[in-house]
Amino acid sequence: MRYALLGLAVIATLGAAVLLGPANVPLRDLLGSPIFWQLRLPRAVLAFLVGGALGASGVGLQALVRNPLADPFLLGLSGGAGLGAVVAIALALPGPWALPLAAFAGAVGAMALVYRLGLVGGAQLDPRVLLLGGVAVGAFAAAVTTAIVSLAEATELRNAFLWLWGGFSGASWTTVLVIAVYAPLPLVVLAAAARPLDLLALGEEPAQYLGADVRRLKQVVYLAASLLTAAAVAVAGVIGFVGLIVPHVCRLVWGRLHRTLLPTAFLAGGILLVASDTLARTVVAPRELPVGIVTALVGVPLFAVLLRRWTVS
Amino acid sequence: MDRELILAVAGLGCRYADAARDALCDVSLEVRAGEFHAVLGPNGSGKTTLVRAGLGLIRPSAGRAEVLGRPATGWSRRELARVVGVVPQREDNLFPQRVRETVLLGRYPHLSLFGDVRATDRAAVERALVACDAADLADRWLWTLSGGEYQRVRLARALAQEPKLLVLDEPTTSLDVRHEMQLFELTRALVDAQGLAALVITHHVNLAARFADQVLLLSEGRAVARGAPGNVLTAETVQNVFAWPMAITSFDGRPQMIPLRTKETNP
Repeated sequence: MRYALLGLAVIATLGAAVLLGPANVPLRDLLGSPIFWQLRLPRAVLAFLVGGALGASGVGLQALVRNPLADPFLLGLSGGAGLGAVVAIALALPGPWALPLAAFAGAVGAMALVYRLGLVGGAQLDPRVLLLGGVAVGAFAAAVTTAIVSLAEATELRNAFLWLWGGFSGASWTTVLVIAVYAPLPLVVLAAAARPLDLLALGEEPAQYLGADVRRLKQVVYLAASLLTAAAVAVAGVIGFVGLIVPHVCRLVWGRLHRTLLPTAFLAGGILLVASDTLARTVVAPRELPVGIVTALVGVPLFAVLLRRWTVS
Repeated sequence: MDRELILAVAGLGCRYADAARDALCDVSLEVRAGEFHAVLGPNGSGKTTLVRAGLGLIRPSAGRAEVLGRPATGWSRRELARVVGVVPQREDNLFPQRVRETVLLGRYPHLSLFGDVRATDRAAVERALVACDAADLADRWLWTLSGGEYQRVRLARALAQEPKLLVLDEPTTSLDVRHEMQLFELTRALVDAQGLAALVITHHVNLAARFADQVLLLSEGRAVARGAPGNVLTAETVQNVFAWPMAITSFDGRPQMIPLRTKETNP
């Protein structure tokens, strides 16, 4: 029943996303309209995939660092991506893919740095150091970003910041294809780690006694979740709250076992982001709000309601 | 009389990084099917380290630890979890969970990567719940259980692994006498009825003396004595190890340790 609702919500939000928009396309003309095929549909599909990636990545990272406040961007990825993007703009790198590729490179660079920091205590990733390292690397990258911004031309950097705050206005079938080809591998890796992640909630030592190879698990989950997030930032900028809130909502509704949590968080993340993007481009049409603002405005009250229901019952 | 040798530890030594002395030094132990072993010793004597190194979580600096004749570090965690079930001293409960789900975690080492929980797994969970007298707890939330019930559930989870060896690390630390006795009786019954081996780490010298076939007494990482309780638990040995004057009496043929009051030592 609750799964059927999730399926219906996927269809409903995707439907609303392709029907609504600043241009008024009558329903009977919809399937013949380039606005449908070239703008709304790829945009909705991309938002869904990015939301799903962030939701699943959030589940993985929260389980990994065993901290309910963990967010895909807490581990320095957004700082790294921002730095990459601003460098690309400051250097005026040419081509439509320069910006996303630079952001991706920045996120992966931050990921590698945080990963290395997580190993300082020995041969095993230490989740606490990972968190602290993420915050530190993120802050450092943000400082460098601000330094570049303060020295550069204002107009080009407004673009960088708008891009960073997230949005799907650049969506095309090409970006959809890139994500659709890229995302399945880390998603399958996360899915394969579902049961060991259940065990990890007990602590590292108990998990090992129950058969989890904790050392490898931490590496694999960290890399898979980070690479998912890095791709999401590269094509859509930094969209907060999805990776934080969606895992909690799904845990409240579908329980904490990762075999259901990962797929439901993927779908729910997709729903939240498609709905948020639809709002972002319709409420102040013809202008657009950064979608990250809408995810926060939609997500936080939703979360508060669920949290209340959960603690009351 | 040749029972299967499950855990064999010989001359085992371990040292944690930056530690001044070995956490474990030249410790030997053989645990066979159908035997109840107790590991005794003061805090910091190396009891938990013995379990970690014996089960391959840390690499020993000397000696060897083998499970079923294979080096403990040579097992995959998954394979080992099908042979040895551990009830660790501490674990976290980050998320609310029901008892049956908790016990089902014990089946994880038996499940295939993307495969579902099978009827055999559910049957093993129910058997473990019944064996630990926890069947009527199955639908309760974990956080509503008393300390004794919680430990029985964790024992059931280890049993659901269908292991040959059960390792319990201070299972009765926060339990009252009744629940403590229940847990020891339960473990002894599993050893006798199912031919399991049990390795119980405990501070309760007197319970160990009454329930265990063999005891290993550790002090500062070294094995002070090993063997039948009557041979190990002499007044001289225990007062050296626990650094307190002791008397040993006998109950039902087993030694019982009584810590003396200061005035009783100098009459």
